[in-house]
Amino acid sequence: MNSITIDALNLYYRELNFKIKEAVRKEGIKKVIIKNARGQRFIGTGLKEKDVEIIIESGVPGNDLAMFMDGPTVKVFGNAQDGVGNTMNNGKVFIHGDAGDVICYGMRNGKIFIKGNVGYRVGIHMKEYKDMIPSIVVGGKAGDFFGEYMAGGIGVVLGLNNDDKPIVGRYCATGMHGGVIYIRTEKIPTYLGKEVKIFELNESDKEKLKSLIEEFCQEFKEYKAEDILKSRFIKLIPVSKRPYGRLYSPGNHFPLPEENYFSNKKIDIEKKYY
Amino acid sequence: MKFTFSLKPENFIIERDDERCIRCGACVQQCAYNAHYYLEEKDKVLGINHNCVGDGRCVAICPTNAIRIKQAENPYRPNYNWTKERMMDLYEQAENGTVLLVGMGAPTPHPVYWDKIVLNASQVTNPSIDPLREPMEVKTFLGSKPDKIEVVFDKNHKPEIKTRITPQLELEVPIMFAAMSFGAISLNACKSLAKAASEMGTFWNTGEGGLHKDLYKYGKNTIVQVASGRFGVHVDYLKAGAAVEIKIGQGAKPGIGGHLPGEKVNHEISVTRAMPEGSDAISPAPHHDIYSIEDLRQLIYSIKEATDYEKPVFVKISAVHNVAAIASGIVRAGADAVVIDGIRGGTGAAPKIIRDNVGIPIELAIAVVDERLRKEGIRNHASLIAAGGFRNSADVIKAIALGADAVYIGTAALMTLGCHVCGMCYKGICNWGIATQRDDLTKRLNPEIGAERAKNLLKGWKHEIQEMLGAMGINSIGSLRGNRLNLRAVDIHEPYLSILGIKPAGA
Ligand code: SF4
Ligand code: SF4
Repeated sequence: MNSITIDALNLYYRELNFKIKEAVRKEGIKKVIIKNARGQRFIGTGLKEKDVEIIIESGVPGNDLAMFMDGPTVKVFGNAQDGVGNTMNNGKVFIHGDAGDVICYGMRNGKIFIKGNVGYRVGIHMKEYKDMIPSIVVGGKAGDFFGEYMAGGIGVVLGLNNDDKPIVGRYCATGMHGGVIYIRTEKIPTYLGKEVKIFELNESDKEKLKSLIEEFCQEFKEYKAEDILKSRFIKLIPVSKRPYGRLYSPGNHFPLPEENYFSNKKIDIEKKYY
Repeated sequence: MKFTFSLKPENFIIERDDERCIRCGACVQQCAYNAHYYLEEKDKVLGINHNCVGDGRCVAICPTNAIRIKQAENPYRPNYNWTKERMMDLYEQAENGTVLLVGMGAPTPHPVYWDKIVLNASQVTNPSIDPLREPMEVKTFLGSKPDKIEVVFDKNHKPEIKTRITPQLELEVPIMFAAMSFGAISLNACKSLAKAASEMGTFWNTGEGGLHKDLYKYGKNTIVQVASGRFGVHVDYLKAGAAVEIKIGQGAKPGIGGHLPGEKVNHEISVTRAMPEGSDAISPAPHHDIYSIEDLRQLIYSIKEATDYEKPVFVKISAVHNVAAIASGIVRAGADAVVIDGIRGGTGAAPKIIRDNVGIPIELAIAVVDERLRKEGIRNHASLIAAGGFRNSADVIKAIALGADAVYIGTAALMTLGCHVCGMCYKGICNWGIATQRDDLTKRLNPEIGAERAKNLLKGWKHEIQEMLGAMGINSIGSLRGNRLNLRAVDIHEPYLSILGIKPAGA
């Protein structure tokens, strides 16, 4: 496979991203390996080439990794910062470490797998449409507001690291009105959003979860899918697609007169008056 | 428990001249608010005053001109403090305990400074210009301008510009159509504006609703918006437009998010926004990836990266107390244009209490922002676009003289399509086929005719702007920009005079 290695040391983010785009678009390179990432932002942002792989071998990529990305696969052998997969449209991201806040904000499709912990507001406002179902799997633990405003997609938190922190922080699923969250826990998270209810997993849930966890374990080899799947999970789904429907005034309603008083003569006036 | 002890006064009285009425049934069929009905046994067409919202549809279509709509009197004891509207609002809330929703811009009596600002004209000491017979430039470029331009000469002494100019929008007339999403307004309304904009050499704005597949062909004249809900935002969308606008705020509802109720999310909207049908489309109050100016810079540059630095990026905010400092931050964050929406800016739906009480008038905002950017020496780094209740070409030219580069019109644009500013947009059953997604209503708006009418408005305003410029003895709109000496204030007092930076009339 044709690949190149870019040493990112001392490269400004614009130069680095320009080099990546040139390699992928002009030279048809399929595999871009980046060494010594030093917090350069926007790596993989807006790339559309489906079969391209971007591998960050060493160092830490900066914020908004894979933002608006639409197809490629990004792997980071280390930690990542904030905004991974922001408004991402398709593709895959694997982080062999921890990631920061606001991961996969407004994500539309594709998959993000994070081996370690994530920060606040992860998975917020993820969307879904027909077979475009974005998913995020967090191997470690998640901070506050996980899945806030979630409008679709799948959020999974596994909590595989054994510290004594809660598996998700406070206000998980606040304002959630679509999608589903699976958490590997026996305990009900504190301050759970009042827009969701807790359910047991049914067969189709188990299937979805299984395929995601298998993909997770394929990348992060120290975990075994069977072991994880043996544990107990809870499922959160919203009670309403319209959480705030009743907050606003219905305003005037426009009643019809008594039915027998009303005769709706059908006339075709559209032609005369646009 | 449902009980009502409030008087429910009507807002309008429907008068029908029975002699003239030919019982054609047009008003009955056309009023989505059910304000007319036919009483068969008496063969009469009657009105239900309570249902009338005053959008003039029946008056406009009645073939015999039989209908008059009058304002209903206040049935309550007159009270300056407790006006009819306040009492009605209060009773409604006592019944439902809800947040009151409204559509369109604030009708509140906050001063409209445009009405108190007058323009100059040439007399004797300098000649005025006749725009009909002499060239008069109103073309405007939006985008960041370099601090200096370096020109080099090649061997043959041919000059060449060495400075890299960042992407610009070229406007044939400094008026664009403001962001109104497909969702808030119908596809036919979007089509009308898109077509008018492309034929007039200006721009329309998608709002936060994605870009419908039928509208991609107007891409060259489209500004695509990215707001906190990120609906319909993907690379192809960002690249489809001529510029990208990040929406932070809107004049009608500063500081709060958007909310398209589930019943408006039909098939076409769900495809365009990529969300399930019938689900609420909720835009959070903030962008959760922007908590600071530094974060804004990050979003601006992520969009520039995604669009390969080929599109200018605008940032739209509502005019609030610290607007000058905020605008300065936005320019420093790398925006190519700052859009400011004043307190009179319109909306498809907003809480009434926010619309009517939050924000500042656009006139003051333009003046302070332009002043601040000039003082900081960064005015050229970004264009300034003003929005919020522009009613005619005089408002536009005054805004430009105060310091704006161009303006956005929303309500005025919809009025060309038939809107009568009834303010019922949030109900989603607009009789004019604008603020609705109901098929029987949207088909009333013919996009060809709509586009023609919207174009006419721009043509008229363009001519008027040329006339006013000519009268001032100026032959290019660029020479008027920020030229506040051509403005005088009538009946505006300190401190507003110095905030606006204009002299009182007579001085
Ligand atoms: S549209 Fe005019 S003529 Fe026709 S029914 Fe109504 S009032 Fe009568
Ligand atoms: S768009 Fe329609 S509903 Fe809204 S104010 Fe205009 S006429 Fe009324």
